[in-house]
Amino acid sequence: MADAKKTIEIEILRYRPDQDQEPVWQSYQVPFTDDMSVLQGLQYIKDHLDGTVSFRWSCRMAICGSCGMMINNKPMLSCKTFLREFYPAKIQIEAMRHLPIEKDLIVNIDDFIGKLESIKPYIIPKAARSLEQGEYLQTPAQRDKYEQFSSCINCLLCYAACPQYGLNPEFTGPGVLALLHRYNADSRDGASAERMAVVNADTGVWGCTLVGYCSEVCPKQVDPAAAVNRNKVNSTLDYFYRMLIPKGEASE
Amino acid sequence: MDKYQADIAIIGGGGAGLRAAIAAAEADPSQVIALVSKVYPMRSHTVAAEGGSAAVTQAHDSLDHHFNDTVTGGDWLCEQDVVEYFVAHAHEEMVQLEHWGCPWSRMDDGHANVRAFGGMKIERTWFAADKTGFHMLHTLFQTSMKYPSIKRFDEYFCCDLIVDDGQCRGLVAIEIATGKFVFIQAKSVIIATGGAGRVFRENTNGGIVTGDGMALAYRHGVPLRDMEFMQYHPTCMPATGLLFTEACRGEGGFLLNKDGYRYLQDYGLGPAEPTPRNKAMELGPRDRLSQAFWHEHQKGNTMQGPHGPYVHLDMRHLGERKLRERLPQIYELAEEFMGVDPAHEPIPVLPAVHYTMGGITADGRTASIIPGLYSVGECSSIGLHGANRLGSNSLAEIVVFGKVAGVEASAYAKTVAPGKASALEQQADAICARALAILSNPAGGERIATLRMEMAVSMENGCGIYRTAREMQATCDKIAELRGRYKNIKLDDVSRGWNTEWLMALELGFQLDVAQVIVHSANNRKESRGSHQRLDGYEQRDDVNYLKHTLAYYAGDAAPRIEYSDVKITKSKPGIRAYGAAGEKAELERKQAGKTSG
Repeated sequence: MADAKKTIEIEILRYRPDQDQEPVWQSYQVPFTDDMSVLQGLQYIKDHLDGTVSFRWSCRMAICGSCGMMINNKPMLSCKTFLREFYPAKIQIEAMRHLPIEKDLIVNIDDFIGKLESIKPYIIPKAARSLEQGEYLQTPAQRDKYEQFSSCINCLLCYAACPQYGLNPEFTGPGVLALLHRYNADSRDGASAERMAVVNADTGVWGCTLVGYCSEVCPKQVDPAAAVNRNKVNSTLDYFYRMLIPKGEASE
Repeated sequence: MDKYQADIAIIGGGGAGLRAAIAAAEADPSQVIALVSKVYPMRSHTVAAEGGSAAVTQAHDSLDHHFNDTVTGGDWLCEQDVVEYFVAHAHEEMVQLEHWGCPWSRMDDGHANVRAFGGMKIERTWFAADKTGFHMLHTLFQTSMKYPSIKRFDEYFCCDLIVDDGQCRGLVAIEIATGKFVFIQAKSVIIATGGAGRVFRENTNGGIVTGDGMALAYRHGVPLRDMEFMQYHPTCMPATGLLFTEACRGEGGFLLNKDGYRYLQDYGLGPAEPTPRNKAMELGPRDRLSQAFWHEHQKGNTMQGPHGPYVHLDMRHLGERKLRERLPQIYELAEEFMGVDPAHEPIPVLPAVHYTMGGITADGRTASIIPGLYSVGECSSIGLHGANRLGSNSLAEIVVFGKVAGVEASAYAKTVAPGKASALEQQADAICARALAILSNPAGGERIATLRMEMAVSMENGCGIYRTAREMQATCDKIAELRGRYKNIKLDDVSRGWNTEWLMALELGFQLDVAQVIVHSANNRKESRGSHQRLDGYEQRDDVNYLKHTLAYYAGDAAPRIEYSDVKITKSKPGIRAYGAAGEKAELERKQAGKTSG
């Protein structure tokens, strides 16, 4: 390895459903170099110290969205958080908050997947177009309207950060609302009216209390809080339009 | 053991598997499609593809150009009828993805934009900034939710296929969260499990890229084809191997040695010009660029870092604005993982293992020799890439042939009756018992991580950018030894739910089989072609003896049996493979020869 190895203490909140009544802390001493990520620290533990420690990971480069966890109480991707940032203090690692723990650092994300499915996360075309007609024309400016929100890697850090989701799991939550906005803001899509039912519900954008922590922890600068706020405006407009205009003509 | 009845089972939920699922669902909505993936589909490694996806788009481009680039780039080991089909269908698949919402980068007039890529004569690479694979994958995943007939088995680990009476009848998978087995009976099965790059030490691949599907098909008698051809991508991050897309060079980035010199001009890739010239210099093919790095290192012209030799990827002249727009993820990787600001400093890079050109032998319609079994994507060898893949052909491949696989598997499923349940269940029970045997730590002693690291280091030594019989033989011996020691692995974790150590053990078993195929295929090919380059008396391409596909057959505990098969040549006879000015001269000569003979 590159430089003389230092050793850092990593504490993991363990939960093995077949043996633990409740989560327990377990401590490991991990030799590391300055270029090592927290994920590499966990891999060292699994490979050399304790093969029972369980966590998800794959790409190592902050794009697959697998390795979200609480690192010193903050939701982070372990692959792009570095051990050197904490040394010489110890690191405490826990499963992402607000989500049911299946084992150690692995949480159940069924709720997120179900919510994602519920918002019709696909283009429902405003105007039909055959493949022979080629692509829909979309200017760079039109693309800019939704591109940021399409960059969500589904890592769920924003759910672990969101106090509202912690209080009320019915809340659609930041990531899915950002993806909902991604489709509603896409010039090719014509189904925002259908999706507004989710937006307008008590568990839609109005569940958000503007804490903004979701955007702070987002590793891809998706800014879900901005998507939620824009939809509060849209939801208000939607309400007034429905007051003024016969139903079915309100969509943009 | 749970049971599930499907018409079509797909193993792997990356781009190829999702495209196949959608194609099958559209072909016949009444069929049940089981999509089995060991990770949630959006975690699949398609997500990490960066630069783009090739399709002839511009008026001055042509299908022939794309065909010639691909066949030449593959050093004439491509199935040319497959390449013809591919180039003819790539564009409609890019448009299809666009209709499904893929956020392709655009020109001012609203049309999709294209960028230059290595070995491509004309700019034809569609891109979504430098997150093309990510956007394609999420587009396909989210679009797949439209189809109620696609039943997802997210986080189910496939441990074996069911083949009965010469026919593929389904698979057995572990529900990872509980450790329970499920037998998914199906009339056709598509393997779409990706490559095997993790059998090497320094690689660009995600942890899940362990060659599972290749090993499954191989153990059931399907030959793995052309596995010696492993692609080293020339611009990767030292130590981790993380990828800096070829688009860095497509956008105008330079490769510099320790003297700040664009050394590629010394390796038949020049002339060096200030702006990118297609098929020259930094836009040469990946095999040639990685080989040039090796030579520069031999000459002492590389720089030495804590993780070995490196050269510089210099994009300073592109400016921060362009880098942020075209290469935002690259910018982020350099800054966050290396502390390098690419607008102001060059990025240290080196070649690392990136792509498995070979795979499960498949015909042009993705079918294997086992009726009912199909393969598509990086796990498959449909014959598109030959001895070296061109950048941006693989993303196009997964959708063009993903669709073919879905249509074919759907049609085939209608022609067969379900298998005999009792015989199939007996097989399934035996598969469960074998998988569980690992948990009982029968002999004990060997640690997974130790074996895996010994394998990866040995593969890097034996099957590097340049190869010799001595090193390859040493790796053949090492892998044989490791396959023996694998029988004595001991796990710390013997629980059933979320036992990722158990899954890693199963993966290591797959990896060792695939590694053995790679090194034996390499050792047997006594010539140099594409990404397989030798230094021990076989430095030239040998079309007389080796214009052939390698076929590796499973032989149990013994080394694979190696055979060869013909390459399908339709319209491009093997010729001189040259780039830069030399390539333009060779192309001109080919054209003139074509005129006189035709």
